[in-house]
Amino acid sequence: MKRRRSAEKRFRVYGLISVLFGLLCLVVLFGDILSKGLAAFSQTVIRTEVVLDADYLGLNKNSSSDEIRAANFEGLLKNHFKEMVQPDGRKERRQLYSMISAGAAWQLIEAVQANPGLIGQAVTFDLIADDDVDQWLKHDRGVEGINTRMSEVQIAWMESWIEQGMLTTRFNTLFFTNGDSREPELAGIHGAIKGTFLTLLVTFLLSFPIGVAAAIYLEEFAPKNRITEIVEININNLAAVPSITFGLLGLAIFINIFGVSRSTPLVGGLVLTLMTLPTIIISGRAAIKAVPPSIREAAFGLGASKVQVVFHHVLPLALPGMLTGTIIGMAQALGETAPLLMIGMIAFVVDVPGFINDPSTVLPVQIFLWSDSPERAFTERTSGAIIVLLGFLVVMNTAAVMLRRRLERRW
Amino acid sequence: MSIIENHTTCGSPLVESPKLTARNVGVFYGEKQAIFDVSLDIGSNEVIALIGPSGCGKSTFLRCLNRMNDTIDICSVTGKIELDNEDIYDPKVDVVPLRARVGMVFQKPNPFPKSIYDNIAYGPRIHGLAHSRVDLDEIVEKSLQRAGLWNEVKDRLHAPGTGLSGGQQQRLCIARTIAVDPEVILMDEPCSALDPIATAKIEELIDELRENYTIAIVTHSMQQAARVSQRTAYFHMGQLIEVNPTDQVFTTPEHSLTEAYITGRFG
Repeated sequence: MKRRRSAEKRFRVYGLISVLFGLLCLVVLFGDILSKGLAAFSQTVIRTEVVLDADYLGLNKNSSSDEIRAANFEGLLKNHFKEMVQPDGRKERRQLYSMISAGAAWQLIEAVQANPGLIGQAVTFDLIADDDVDQWLKHDRGVEGINTRMSEVQIAWMESWIEQGMLTTRFNTLFFTNGDSREPELAGIHGAIKGTFLTLLVTFLLSFPIGVAAAIYLEEFAPKNRITEIVEININNLAAVPSITFGLLGLAIFINIFGVSRSTPLVGGLVLTLMTLPTIIISGRAAIKAVPPSIREAAFGLGASKVQVVFHHVLPLALPGMLTGTIIGMAQALGETAPLLMIGMIAFVVDVPGFINDPSTVLPVQIFLWSDSPERAFTERTSGAIIVLLGFLVVMNTAAVMLRRRLERRW
Repeated sequence: MSIIENHTTCGSPLVESPKLTARNVGVFYGEKQAIFDVSLDIGSNEVIALIGPSGCGKSTFLRCLNRMNDTIDICSVTGKIELDNEDIYDPKVDVVPLRARVGMVFQKPNPFPKSIYDNIAYGPRIHGLAHSRVDLDEIVEKSLQRAGLWNEVKDRLHAPGTGLSGGQQQRLCIARTIAVDPEVILMDEPCSALDPIATAKIEELIDELRENYTIAIVTHSMQQAARVSQRTAYFHMGQLIEVNPTDQVFTTPEHSLTEAYITGRFG
């Protein structure tokens, strides 16, 4: 008796330890990602008043958009900063110019395009700083003996800018409105999010109807024989196939045989459909099986035909379960990277995709791409993108749980 | 208890002007035979009780009468069953109108997880019995009244049917069956999941329904058989042992097996 009780106690402790270990891992993971990634949501800017010299730019208030785009705003900015800090010699000048992002000139262009009346005036801008400045301000400033990429003269400039209140951080809207970029300070996840959305849309539109139809057919109409048995076993096998295989399949069939253009949400959605179908079919069949036979009998007893029984009674009752399975399948697809690498969604795509046949990438692949980049600012953005991805996953899984709670009926 | 060789049913399995006739009916589940050579008539406007020990085939027989066994793949039926002299197993016969003519009430109350109104209206809707909303309302009200449920639910017709008590649910299921205006109602142990008061109400209802419908009821309760039925059929190991007027079965059974069963020696 005593031995039995102590065995029980021991087992409980083991269980508790494993749960705690799991929790600990989760906390470490989230802590790490959050500590690295939260910085990606803020950005360093240089607040300064720039005189938009009409003569230098060769523009007037009636200039067209194209003329504005062609004007030398970059030179204007360089002159502006040169006059401000008076660098000594070519080397220092180059160092100075490297502290301002290539996107800063575009900020001026966009502002002037939106309002040509600004030409000739002195306008205050929050100019995007280069990622090295950004990283120095966020992480290195004031830390003793740190190995920073900034030279002493650059640090001196930045310190003086900070004293004048010119160097500040603000919320990083570019991270959410830009596509990918070679420059970390300009790189954003808008393209990846849009690509993910389009890909998942294709996946959902294909896999939900096909999966539900397959589940209904297999569960309700298919004759129980050798062939359906083989089909069933293979559906279960498909769910366990490594996802990269689906990528190869997509490459061989969709791209090479059917000629779907590569690295588009369309082909990505097709491949992910193959992956999510087994999940949807299996959960759909489970949901159909869970409908009590008494409901079927009642409907049959009233003279409903098979199709009427299925569509009037079984399907409405099974739908919440099917939707839950679909959302979970979609969440899996959302996090999938490997098969998409095979079909070219790993391409460096700057433009935000407009439709399912535009080249694009997706969030997890974007994360994979950035994690490969050497710049420290990209590491930060990698974690930032992971936070966004996890956010989406949490939302989808919560939706699945809520849907199940809401629609679950007792009988 | 082995199968009795060459048994011929005792008593009076056949009646004049029957509603349903079963002749030499055999039922197989795959290789296994569940019903052996059963011949039985069910007369118009009578309540016939099918009794017998568990697994004797009385429910299986009942389910043959509106081809509910069709939904089981491995089940096959031999012999002949006629409704108003039409063979219901004729390949030309569509089960949909057949099941509308021969309705069924099940052991466990099984209302659809819909409103009370929709539960009743479902049958008329799929069979196109109502031509307008008013028609349908009328059918629903009439069915509920006949099932003795109208007064209890008239204020909450759009509440879910699953929210009713067990007895009410069963009467709802009976109302649902009546709504498609069947000629025969098959009841498979309709009271086995109910308490005595709910049971009494259902039995009362069965007695009233007899005026308009032919009823076959499977029951485990011999008292119930005695209370509601005019004739009683005793099944044993897939064979129909004896059919006689109910009074006679319970007072002076012809066959020794029937006697053994009703006196409680097995079952």
